[in-house]
Amino acid sequence: MTAGDIPDWAGQPDQGFEGYRFVGFNLYDGLLNWDLSTAGVEVRLKPGLATAWHIDGTDKKKWIFELRKGVKFHDGCDWNADSAVWNIERLTSDKSPAFSAANFARGRSRTNDIDHAEKIDDYTIAIYTRTVVSLFPYNMPFILMMSKCALDKAGNDYKTYAMAPAGTGPYKFSKVVPHERLELVRNPDYWDPKRVPKHDRLILLPMPEATTRAAALLAGQVDFIEAPSPDIIPRLKSAGMNVITHPYPHTWPYLLNFQRGPFKDLKVRQAANYAINRQEVVDMLGEIAIPSYATYTEYQKNYGHPFEYKFDAEKATALLKEANCYPCAVTIAISTSGSGQMQPLPMNELVKAQLEAVGFKVKFEVLDWNTIIDAFIKGWQKYPTFDALNFSSGVVDPLSGVIKSYATMYRSPAGPNWGWYQNSEVDDLSTKVLNAFDEVEQNRLLTQINEITSKDAARVFIVSDLNPRALSPKLKGFVQVQSWFQDLTPIVVTDK
Amino acid sequence: MWLYIVRRILFVLPIAIGVSVVCFSLVYLAPGDPMQSLMPADASKADIEMLKHAYGFDQPIPIQYFRWLMRAASGDLGVSLQTNQPVFGEVMRSLYNTIIIAAGAVLLAFGFAVALGTLAAFHLGKPLDRLATGVSVLGVSVPNYWLGIVLIIVFAVQLGWLPATGMSARSADGFDPTQWDQLRYAILPIVTMGLVPLGVIMRSTRSAVAEVLAQDFIQMLYAKGLGTFAVVRHALRNALPQVLAVMGLQFGYLVGGSILIETIFTWPGTGFVLSKAILTRDIPLLQGTILVLSLCFVLTNLLVDLLQTAIDPRIERA
Repeated sequence: MTAGDIPDWAGQPDQGFEGYRFVGFNLYDGLLNWDLSTAGVEVRLKPGLATAWHIDGTDKKKWIFELRKGVKFHDGCDWNADSAVWNIERLTSDKSPAFSAANFARGRSRTNDIDHAEKIDDYTIAIYTRTVVSLFPYNMPFILMMSKCALDKAGNDYKTYAMAPAGTGPYKFSKVVPHERLELVRNPDYWDPKRVPKHDRLILLPMPEATTRAAALLAGQVDFIEAPSPDIIPRLKSAGMNVITHPYPHTWPYLLNFQRGPFKDLKVRQAANYAINRQEVVDMLGEIAIPSYATYTEYQKNYGHPFEYKFDAEKATALLKEANCYPCAVTIAISTSGSGQMQPLPMNELVKAQLEAVGFKVKFEVLDWNTIIDAFIKGWQKYPTFDALNFSSGVVDPLSGVIKSYATMYRSPAGPNWGWYQNSEVDDLSTKVLNAFDEVEQNRLLTQINEITSKDAARVFIVSDLNPRALSPKLKGFVQVQSWFQDLTPIVVTDK
Repeated sequence: MWLYIVRRILFVLPIAIGVSVVCFSLVYLAPGDPMQSLMPADASKADIEMLKHAYGFDQPIPIQYFRWLMRAASGDLGVSLQTNQPVFGEVMRSLYNTIIIAAGAVLLAFGFAVALGTLAAFHLGKPLDRLATGVSVLGVSVPNYWLGIVLIIVFAVQLGWLPATGMSARSADGFDPTQWDQLRYAILPIVTMGLVPLGVIMRSTRSAVAEVLAQDFIQMLYAKGLGTFAVVRHALRNALPQVLAVMGLQFGYLVGGSILIETIFTWPGTGFVLSKAILTRDIPLLQGTILVLSLCFVLTNLLVDLLQTAIDPRIERA
C-alpha cells in the first residue's frame, strides 16, 4: 500500500479510498457494493448485503432496502434488519451507545444525507434522507456494516473491538503488527461464492516511499505494489514484473477561484486551458497518464462531447491580451505529496513553465497535504490569495464528483465547490439530477453538466492518472478495473 | 554523589514542565485544523462542533492544557484522532521500536568510532589519520536516506540476504531482537542510522584522545615503560567523559526518530509515528510523542551527566 499507515480496520477505515480498497471492502460489506469483476467498463453498483433497493412510491425521501438472508458476520452473529439499523444509527447519531467520533467523521461524507433508518421487517429496512437525493444509493458501499455482537462484546469500545473485528466481507481479521502489517485470512463462508478468496492470506504492508515499494517487490518480499514511480518502471519491467495501467475516474486539475482574481474571467480560464501541453506532461510521466479535458474521463459513460481546449499557445496569449491580463499574475496552491496528487512537484513545475510561456506569471504556494485539504475544505474565502488549488479528484460517483463540485448550494464550506463556481444552467441541471430517479435520465443530465463545465473552463484540466501497479510474475488472476477500488479475491500466487 | 544526583533530578522537573508547555502550545501554531482533516468538506457546523466536543477541543486552550497535563501525569496522553488507540501505548510501542535501532546504531557507531578515532589520534597527520577522518566526513556527509536505499538495493534486491523493509510477521507481540528471524529486519536500518553518529563520535574521540596524548602524564607513562595498549587505556579513560557526552547526545537525537530512515524501511518507530501525526494533524498523538521524546532526551542527558561524574569525579566538584 502507498498509505503511510495501516488503515483502521475497526469499522469505517481512514486513509481515504486506499483504506476502503484494501481494508474496508475486504473485511466488510455495504448494503450495496461496487461490481469490480469486469475490466474495461465503468464500475456499477451491485447488490451487497441488500439484494434489492428502490425509492418509495409516494415518499421520495424514503429508500427501501431488502436485505440478504442467511448471511452471518465473522463472529457467527446473524445479519438482519436490526443490525442494519444499528449500523446506520452508530454512524449518524451521537446518542447511539455504539457512537464513535472517528467512525462518525470518516463516514460523514456518505451519511450526511441520512435523516434516520427504520426496520420494516426482519429483512427490510427504510432509510429516510433529509432532502430528495436520487443519487443517494451511491453512498451505500461506503457505509460498512459491522457486527453488533462483536462491539457489544467489546463493551462498545472500538479499541477492544479492533482485537476481534467482525464484518461480513470476503476476508477475516487474523493479526496485526501495529503500523507495520495487517494480516487477513480467507473467509471460506463468504456469502458470494464467486468472491471467496483464491488465496489463504492477504498481508497488507504500508509503504509510503515509492523506492521502498519497488525494492520490496524486486526483492520478492511483496507480490503487488501500487503507484511505482515512472522512473523505476523500466527497471521493474526488465526484472520481469508485470506493470499494468488502466484508466479510472481520476483528474489532476487546478480548481479555480471564481470570486476573486484573474480566473473570474472566462478568457483567462480558457487561456490557461489552451496553454497546457498535456502530451508533454504525459511524456514526462512515462505514459502513466492521459490528457484530461473534462470532469469525467473519456472512458466514463457521461463524458459526452466536452469542448477540448487542445494546446494552442498563440490562442492562449491572444486571450490573455483580450482579457487585459498580460502578463497575468496568478497564485496557485500546490502540495508536496498527497492522495491522488501523482508527482506534484515536477508536474507543477512543468505546468508552470507552460503557463508562463503564454503570458501567465505563476507563483506557487507550496503546502503540505493536510494544509491543502484544509484549504480545500474551508474554501477560497479562507485562503483568498489563492487563485487556484491543485487538488486531484474524480467522479467515483456523480453526487460527490459532479453535483457537489459545481452546484451553488455546495459552495465551500458547505460543500466541495471550492472556488464558488456558479452557473445557473448547471444549478438547474443539478436539481433535475437530484430529482430524477431514472438512471438514463440522470446520465443524460450529468453528461450535459460535464459538457457545460468543460466549455466554461470551470477548471484547468491537465491529466488523468492511469493507476499503475506492478505485480510479481508469480501473481495471477488480478483484474484491474476502472475504479479506485479493486477486487483482490481472484489473486493466486504460484511458485513460479 | 547522592546530593549531586538529587540536585540534577530536581533540575529536570522545571525543564519537563517547560517542555510540556512548549509541546502543547507549538502544535496549535501549525496551519490546518484537526477536525477539518477528520470531517468531509460538506460537514455541517453542527457536526464539527459535535466532534470538537467529543474530543474536548471546544474548551479554551489553557483548560485543555491543564486537563492534558493532569492526565499526562497519570500516564494518560489521550486517544489518537486517527487510529483511535491510546496515545501512551502508541508512543511506547514506537519508542521501543526506535530504541532497538537507535541503540544498535549507537553501539555499532561507538565501537567503530572509538577504534578509528583512537587510531587516528595516535597517527595524527599520517595516512591512517586521513583515512579515518575521511570515514568520519563521509559519515556526516552522506545523506542517510540515500544510503538506506543503496543498502536495500544491494543487500535486499541484488544479494537477497536481508529483507528490504518491515518488521516481520512474528513481531505481532512486540519486536524480539534475540530472534534472528526478527533481528535481520533491523540490520539495514541500524547500519543506515549508525553512519552519522559514527562520524560525529569518531571526530570527538580523535580530538579528545589527541588532547590527552599531548599531556605530560602520557610521556611519563611511556617513560615508565608502559606498552602502547596500556597508554591507550589511560588515554581513553581520560577522553571517555567527552566521548560519552557526544554519544549520549547522538542517542538522544536518534531516539527522536529518523523520519526518513523509518519511512524508507517502514520501521514503525517514533519518527514514523511523528511524521504521521504531523501530516494528519493528530494533535493528541503529536503532543504525546513530543512530550515523551523530550523527556527521553532530558533523561538521557541526565544519565550521561551521572555517568560522566562516575567516571570522572572532578565533574561533580565543578
